[in-house]
This record gives sequence, structure tokens and C-alpha cells, in this order.
Amino acid sequence: MPRALYIHWPFCLAKCPYCDFNSHVRAGIDHALWQEALLTDLRHEAQATGEEALDSIFFGGGTPSLMPPALVAALLAEAEKLWGFAPGIEITLEANPTSVEAANFEQLASAGVNRVSLGIQSLDADVLKFLGRQHSAGEGLEALATAQRHFERVSFDLIYARPGQSLAAWTDELGRALSFGTEHLSLYQLTIEPGTRFATDLRRGRLTELGEDEAADLFALTQEMTAAAGLAAYEISNHARPGAESRHNLTYWRYRDYAGIGPGAHGRRGGSATVRHKKPENWLRSIAEHGHGISETRRLGMREQAMESLLMGLRLAEGVDLAALSERFSLPIDAMIDADRLGVYEHLGLVERHRDRIKATSAAMPLLDGLLAELVSGELVEA
Amino acid sequence: MTDLSLIRNFSIIAHIDHGKSTLADRLIQFTGGLTDREMQEQVLDNMDIERERGITIKAQTVRLDYTAKDGKTYQLNLMDTPGHVDFAYEVSRSLAACEGALLVVDAAQGVEAQTLANVYQSIEHDHEIVPVINKIDLPAAEPEQVRAEIEDIIGLDASEAVLTSAKSGIGIEEVLEAVVAKIPPPQGERDSPLKASLVDSWYDPYLGVVILVRVLSGVLKKGQQIKFMQGGTEHLVDRVGCMRPKIEQLPELGPGEIGFITAQIKEVEQARVGDTITTVKGGAEKALPGYREPQAVVFCGLFPVDAADFEKLRESIGKLRLNDASFTYEMESSAALGFGFRAGFLGLLHLEIIQERLTREYDLDLITTAPSVVYRIHLTKSKNDDARTIELHNPADYPDPTRIDTIEEPWIKATIYTPDEYLGAILKLCQDRRGVQTNLTYVGGRAQVTYELPLNEVVFDFYDRLKSISRGYASFDYEQIGLRDGDLVKMNILVNNEPVDALSMIVHRGVAEARGRHMCERLKDLIPRHLFKIPIQAAIGGKVVARETISAMRKDVTAKCYGGDITRKKKLLEKQKKGKAKMREYGNVSIPQEAFIAALRMGEE
Repeated sequence: MPRALYIHWPFCLAKCPYCDFNSHVRAGIDHALWQEALLTDLRHEAQATGEEALDSIFFGGGTPSLMPPALVAALLAEAEKLWGFAPGIEITLEANPTSVEAANFEQLASAGVNRVSLGIQSLDADVLKFLGRQHSAGEGLEALATAQRHFERVSFDLIYARPGQSLAAWTDELGRALSFGTEHLSLYQLTIEPGTRFATDLRRGRLTELGEDEAADLFALTQEMTAAAGLAAYEISNHARPGAESRHNLTYWRYRDYAGIGPGAHGRRGGSATVRHKKPENWLRSIAEHGHGISETRRLGMREQAMESLLMGLRLAEGVDLAALSERFSLPIDAMIDADRLGVYEHLGLVERHRDRIKATSAAMPLLDGLLAELVSGELVEA
Repeated sequence: MTDLSLIRNFSIIAHIDHGKSTLADRLIQFTGGLTDREMQEQVLDNMDIERERGITIKAQTVRLDYTAKDGKTYQLNLMDTPGHVDFAYEVSRSLAACEGALLVVDAAQGVEAQTLANVYQSIEHDHEIVPVINKIDLPAAEPEQVRAEIEDIIGLDASEAVLTSAKSGIGIEEVLEAVVAKIPPPQGERDSPLKASLVDSWYDPYLGVVILVRVLSGVLKKGQQIKFMQGGTEHLVDRVGCMRPKIEQLPELGPGEIGFITAQIKEVEQARVGDTITTVKGGAEKALPGYREPQAVVFCGLFPVDAADFEKLRESIGKLRLNDASFTYEMESSAALGFGFRAGFLGLLHLEIIQERLTREYDLDLITTAPSVVYRIHLTKSKNDDARTIELHNPADYPDPTRIDTIEEPWIKATIYTPDEYLGAILKLCQDRRGVQTNLTYVGGRAQVTYELPLNEVVFDFYDRLKSISRGYASFDYEQIGLRDGDLVKMNILVNNEPVDALSMIVHRGVAEARGRHMCERLKDLIPRHLFKIPIQAAIGGKVVARETISAMRKDVTAKCYGGDITRKKKLLEKQKKGKAKMREYGNVSIPQEAFIAALRMGEE
């Protein structure tokens, strides 16, 4: 049963041109109403999942740093009451590094948040403008310093492989990022997602994506520099000192159960997938009418679960243990993985195999989608 | 019965588009074979393809009653012969059934290569040839120059050539008068044993196999027990008649007459062109000379684009074969293209026609592999096998090269007729295709060049190249001139070091490198990038003659994947897997079927 809880806060002050997450811009949010609704959703999920103590909580969004600290405190108090907290629980909140939000950090820490993930995105003023961010470069650095004062654990995000970005420019920016000494970094290559403003810009020729070769070179550089700084990748885009990995995100990647509440949150519990209404108004209505925000609960077959665990697990540097998956899903290993293909890619140095554990090598990480299509057995996908 | 002196059997020789079918239509109309209402343009070309391409595939005949100016009524049998060399044998059988021919030449275009080939065949059959200069009402018509061409190039007296415009109905009666006056009547003894030549046969869904015959001696009657002297089978004649062009049943066909019979025959294959028909009782002793088994010259693989259509293809080919015994087929399986057939054809046009009929009449999407010819390979003696000679129809069956003593390949004599501004480019093309020039003559702004060429260079894409470099003005015709030794090798195409069966070919050593490079370059553009780099090589035995490399993909990853939403990643994977299912695997490389189709497509540069 889940030891991880995800809470989604769907509101932002503005929509960023690259973001395709479930975020909405609304004037006059009724915080009392939202607090009650989230508490209701939380209680419903606790009832459905049982009582094992929570090991991690993650406030994502949207922009959860826009939540009043009291709301965060109320949710945490209720979660503790419902499930109990395991010792050393990791409680992460995503935060935007504006001065307004940084002013709340102290109170959020008092409410129980012990880890923040800051959406710094870039250290360059022009780039921040291009990315449509609300904060300036200086504000970002100040917020980082404030966070480092108040929270035990701090991570921040950068977006790279931007149009026209050179190796030299990224070397410089990433070098500076590493110099701040955080234990964790999320370094995402810019991808243009359907439905975003960047997708429109691209279509109309106002935006040119960085070439495949250049992006691949930047990725390789990123691996080198972070490893040298002691923050090797443990997932395609996530870097940490050993032991400082995001425990919550590892839950997804290791395909363990997680509860998800709030608009658009996904959950996995006991072989079922839960999806909640995405649009804030619809989610609220569902809470009022049904006492929960769930739009769909679907049983996943063993094959589908096996496929999901491979999709997620191979993103990790540690890879997956095929014997464990085989036992967990009662499927023979060769029903999950194409053995011939595995041999081919092992030979090519894109996959490593130690007994029953397989992992994509660092050379294979930037090719993972293609590699998955090769490795994951057709039986799982047709399922 | 009709008095022999009142019968005239003749054919029409013309280049495509010179108005053969229109003229035939006018002759039918003039003699009242059909009312105006029944008249459909180009009555004699039955098949859609014939009508569209303006070519005749099967021989057709029509009987006209014409009351001439001398007051007598003549029976005129007009035989429409296949106009293409691929059907040279069928043409020769049709011509053998006639005593004369109308040579139709377009007044604006003049004499063309194809006209020449057919007219020479007609002359070989001792035909009386009546020149007709058609389309004289075209603004660009130059009948006097064409008259001179007929005399200079063909060597016929054209002083009495009939001037016509079949389209406008000018000169039609003059043509009929010329037929009566100039073409000799047939000869033959009514009281001799029956001898009839099987001119053509086809399958009719209502009548079964219909046989077109020319009676040489004796009488062919309904109820007779007849025998095919070459085929050896016996049949009961249940219908005798002629086409006007509507079917008219007759009590009998006498000597000199052309008509049809049916005899409860189910397959065209039993009624082979060139066979001699006689009676079972009191029949002729000796068959007519000139019978030949149909010989497939060009081969290619036919595969359904959708593997699920294989059964439909098998059925459709079977049905086509009912009506055309001259193509052969056997099942073939290719790792790249799945199950299909290796089919043999009389020539390239024949191949195209069959392919087109399958596509059109049977609604099949087909992949046609590059056409190849038949090689004769002389093998040396080996430990377990004597020295022997084999015929190779499919590069996939290429024997162990160490046992090959010599290889012979078919050659043709090509006659090309072109406005002389394109001559330079055409000579270069022929030269590039290993051609040997044997003759070159000029007649007023036009050149006629003859080349000996290996057929395998012609089947590759010669037609298309010729058409494109001459902007469609050059005409081309060929005849086979037998086998010659050639320095031929099998070239394999290797994708990631694995040979791709569907792409291997037999080529002359001298052009192997160029051909191989071309194929490698093409595949480089057609095969998508993979997670590893892919060498594409053309190799003769162990020796690589051309090479290209598809570089490895460098980035294909979803950068951000958290928040527990796996939906999009799953959809992506499903899409990728679905795409792969449509591909064929070679050396761990997934090759989309479109790539094969594009790589095999004939004649694209």
C-alpha cells in the first residue's frame, strides 16, 4: 500500500510557454474552499488505501509555493493523522523563486516541509524572459540562498538544450549551478510539447529547436560535469549526491504504489490506476458530489503493470531487476523483454546486464525511448 | 459457303496513336457492322487497358460484308493484331492468317520504329501491303513527305497510297476498294482434310474458351470432333461463328475464312496459339509449321503490399492465367516481402499489363520487384554433381559461384527511331548500357539507329530513360537475337552486414559499382536512423563495391517524466511498436516496407 502521497496544486500566476502540466491561471482562489476540498480528497484516499505510514509527500503543481503555508500545514497535519509519518519522512514542495514566495519559506519549513525543489530554470536574464518566468536572475539566486537557510534539502531545476544554446554557454551556466552546492539538481532538456505556446511558435517558424546532434552533445557534457561534481545522474534528468535522491520520485520510477490527490493527480494502488479530474472546477464539483476527485479507476493487467515498471524503471541508472519484476507480475522474463534484442543492445554497449538486473548505460540514456521500443516485448504492449 | 475469290483477309499495321483503331471503327461503320448507336469508340479493343493505352493485347477480328464498286459483295476479315513486340509470336500467327495488310502512317508523325518492325514481319509473310496515310486533315500533315518516307525507309511503292482521315471519315471507301483490288484472295481446298490455324484464344465468362481460327483447308462445323495436333487434346465443337463485331453463329467455316469456335474448353492453356486444328476422323497428317511454346523472357516478383492479400493475389493470378497462357508463375517467398509469386512474361509491356490488370481489375496493391531476365549458367562438375546447364530466373537461386563456368545472357536488337536532336543522348544511353551499334541512318531530320543490347540492361529502366531524354519522341522496338556470354556477377545488398534477398541482382561486372552505389545511396535515404550506425553495402561475393553509412540516432528520449502520469509514455511506446510491426527485419535493422517499394521501383533516378 502506498507510502508516497502526491498533492497537486493546479494554480499558477501565468502559464509558461513550455509547460504542458495541469496548471491553470485563476483570479480570486477561495483558499478555505480548496483546503476543505483537498482534505476531503485526502480522507477518501486514506480510506481506500489503508494505514501504512507515509515515507514521502510531494506538493506539485501548478505552483504549490503559492499555497498559503497554513493550508500546507493543515494538509500535512491531516495526512499524519490518517496514515502516520515514517521516521525521516521526505516532504517536498515545488517552489518558484520569486521574492514573494521565498518570504513564505520559513513558515513552510515550520509546517513540516523539509525539501524544496526550486524552478530556477536558468541563471541568465534573457533566457528567463524567453521561458516566460516571473522571476529575475537575481531573485532566483536570492530565493535559492533563502531556501538553503530554511530547508535541510534543496534541489533546483534548469532547462537546457534551448534554441541556439552553445556548449560554452552551458558549461558556464551549469558550472555556476553546481557551485551553489545543492545536493540535488534536475536538468531537463527543453522539449516542445503539444498544446504549448512554444509548439505554436515552432509551427509558425518563430522558434527553432536545437539540433539533435547539438542537444546530444549538451547531454553528454551534462553527464560529465555533474559526475565530476559528485552529482551523477540517477535518472535521465535527475542528479544527486549518493543518498540525496528524491525518495518520492524514486517511488514512481521504481513503480511502487503512490496516492495522488488534487486536480489531475495520478495514483497507483494495488494494481489499479486512479486519475482525478483535471480541470479545477470539475474536480471541485466531483468532491462536492462524490466526496472525492476521481474521474477514473482502472484495473491494470499484469502485462500492463510490467510494461509500466519497465518504462519507468529503465529511466533509472540502477535499472530494473527482471527477476523481481517476473515474480511480482507472474510473468516469465522473456515475456517482458525481447531476449534477442537485449543481446544485441548489450553487445552494442547500450544495455548492461548483471545477473537479472538490466540497465541502460549512460550512452543509452539519451536514446531511451527508442531503446524501450526495442527491448520491451511486443506481448506487453499489445496487452 | 463463300467463293474464295470473294474473301479478303487483312490486318492493319500502325504505330500507337497513328489511328489504327479509329480506322477499324470507320470500316465497320461504313459496311454497316454496327449502327451509329451501337458504335463505341474503338470497338475492337475490349479491355480497359487496351483502350487507354491504345494498344492491342489480344488479336481481334471482325467480318465485314462490302459491296464493292464492281457490284460484288465481298467477305472482308479484318484482323486486329497485337501491336507490340512482346507479342511478336502472337503477331506472327495473326499475320499468317492474312494475305495482306494496311500500313497506316500518321501524316504528321511519319514512320516510326514499331511500324517498321511490324511491316517487315508482314513482308516476311508475303503480304500485299496497302499504304494508308492517315490524319491528312491535321494542320501539321505532310502527306507527300510521309509518302517519300514510306518509299525511302520501307521501300514500298507509295504512289497509290490512300489518303484518309479516319476521324473525319475521309477516304474510307477508297480504303475498302484498295483492299478488294490489291489484296489477293486466300487459297484452299474444301475437299481436303481439315487444317485450321489457332490464331488466338481467350476466356469468356459465358462461352468458356473462345478460339479464333483461320481455316486453310477443309471445313470446320458445329458437332465435329476435333483435335489439337500439338496439344493432343480432343474436343467437340459446339459453336461456330464470326464477329460482326457482334457474335453471329454460322453453320460452318470454309477454306480461307476466319472465325471463331467454342468447344467446351475450360482453360486457355489448352488452346495454344499456333496449334493446328483438324478432325479426329480423317484428319490431316501433318501440322502447320511455325508452332512455338510461349517463352517467358522477363521475370519479376509480385508481392501483395498487405500480406493478408496473398490469397486474393493467388486467386487473381489464377484467373488472369485462364485468359493468358503466355505468362508463368510460381510461388516465391522473400524475407523482405513475404509470400508472393515469381512471374515470367513475354516482355516488359506484358509485365506491365499483367501488373496493371491485377491492380485494377482485382483491386490489389502490389510490390513489383526489379525485373530480371533468364540467364543460362554452365556449371562445372563437382564432387556430387555432373557438369550441367541451368536456367536462372531469380537472383535468389544464384548457384555457388565457384561452380560457374560461364553465364550467358539474352541479347536483343533494338531499333530506335528519333528526331536527330536527341540522337547524341540516345547513343550515350545505349553505350552506357553495353550496347553495340550496328547501324545508323538518317532520313530527313530523323535518325534510325540499331543497337545490340543485353536485355538485362533494357529491363532495368531503359524505356523510361529513353522516353525522358527524347521527351517522348524516340520510338523503340526490339527483337531477341539469342544468348551471349557475359561477365555477369550477383550483387548482394547488405544492410548491417546482412544480405537483403529482395534487393540482390545480377549485373555486368562493368556496371556493378555504379548500380551498387546508386542502390546504397537510395537506401540511405529510405531507411530511418536507428540506435546504432548502419552500414549499407553492395558486394560481389566478399568484395564490397559500394558503401554508405546511416549514422546512429543520437537523441530520442522523454526528458521529463514525473508526477506519476505514465499515459503519454505508454502511448508513445504503443505507437513505436505499431510502426515496427509494419517493418521487416534485417540484421536488427527495421526497414519500412515503403523503403523496399521505393528502392525497387523501376526506373527512378
